[in-house]
Amino acid sequence: MTQMLPVRITVNEKVYQREVEPRVLLSDFLRHELGLTGTHVGCEHGVCGACTILFDGESARSCLMFAVQADGHEITTVEGLAKDKDHLHPLQQAFWEAHGLQCGYCTPGILMTLIPFLKQNPNPTEEEIRHALSGNLCRCTGYQHIVDAVKLAAEKMK
Amino acid sequence: MKPAPFEYHVPTSIEETLILLHNSGSEAKLLAGGQSLVPAMNFRVVQPSVLIDLNRVKELDYLREDGECVRIGAMARERRLELEPLISKRYPLLEEAMPHVAHPQIRNRGTLGGSLANADPAAELPVIMLALGARMKVRSADAERWVEASDFFLGMFTTAVGPEEMLAEIELPSQPSQTGWSFLEVAPRAGDYALMGVAALVTLDENQKCKQARLVYLNAGDGPLVAKEAAQLLKGETFNDELINSAAALASGQEINPFGNIHASPEFQRHLANVLTKRALKTAFKRAGEESIQ
Repeated sequence: MTQMLPVRITVNEKVYQREVEPRVLLSDFLRHELGLTGTHVGCEHGVCGACTILFDGESARSCLMFAVQADGHEITTVEGLAKDKDHLHPLQQAFWEAHGLQCGYCTPGILMTLIPFLKQNPNPTEEEIRHALSGNLCRCTGYQHIVDAVKLAAEKMK
Repeated sequence: MKPAPFEYHVPTSIEETLILLHNSGSEAKLLAGGQSLVPAMNFRVVQPSVLIDLNRVKELDYLREDGECVRIGAMARERRLELEPLISKRYPLLEEAMPHVAHPQIRNRGTLGGSLANADPAAELPVIMLALGARMKVRSADAERWVEASDFFLGMFTTAVGPEEMLAEIELPSQPSQTGWSFLEVAPRAGDYALMGVAALVTLDENQKCKQARLVYLNAGDGPLVAKEAAQLLKGETFNDELINSAAALASGQEINPFGNIHASPEFQRHLANVLTKRALKTAFKRAGEESIQ
């Protein structure tokens, strides 16, 4: 018989209680079980960074964790950034204004990587920005506009 | 890409973990940070029937000074090593290598014990542990033993840890004074697997002569590779370009055994090893002369 385990996970400050099979990845749990499809799934082996979420405030790959491991923990996804649909988070607004995306597939992962980065380093140099983004692949932009967007976001978030 | 089904256990103590391991034996895999194991499970390269998750065994997550040495629990996160002042103060070589260990998102989850038990020949941490002369505490339900880093890595993804054993603690010995360090690697992109990498430690005596040296390479064989002869060559010598060139030529030409991959031929890897060794030794000698590890 399939083992099913109860979990209680806080996602974007809302508590969800579900029963999950242990092999369900956190990325699939967020998307399929909770309908939070903002977290994207790219490579499913930790290389592309599209599925990056915050796990207790720190960035992590949701495809490299099982949902059962998030029991009792706090998750933030890209859906948790904007206050409401008319007020984007300053980081999102900066990406909008600086054209920091084209197809947008990698964007949620990039935003979730940058939230703790900008908190820890509010005045990053271009080199530090590029290093911070090294775990997130974007196949459209060539990264230049993303770097510009991060600089703009750092200004806005001061 | 989804993992095959498995039975999941989440112990909260070392004792409970070891009993679970004893009961499931070679069927079981220990899940540490999961940054290598979960991808392998997603690909179904690895299909353990029992998974024992160590993430709630709080007593495995520590980093503390204990007299002369520093003790690190197997579940201490890589990010913690990167930011810990005790590490930068006592083991700057480890500090220097940390930003090369994948990406911040990976280091937030990845653990020291997980990386060592995984024993990827391209990984940085096994190389650093060999260079620093670490010892590993390996435990089973009824026994405990210490394994020197030099006896711990047995080959590709293979360690001295048996099926019913677990790596519990890493002990870092104090480093001699007048020791200089350098870690360098070449990777296609920051955070990727490196094509070649080297850790160098050089200890000088009061006459600025090399008392002892260590050179350890990643991706240069089927495990972290120690270049003993090149290190021997440096002993008793003072820094000069000819000496560095000879040591680099010996290590890169004869002691390492790189296999090559799609990004680099073995010849190119040897070339990288040669260049990196010269640079690393130059830096290590310089630092040994002007700074000392406290």
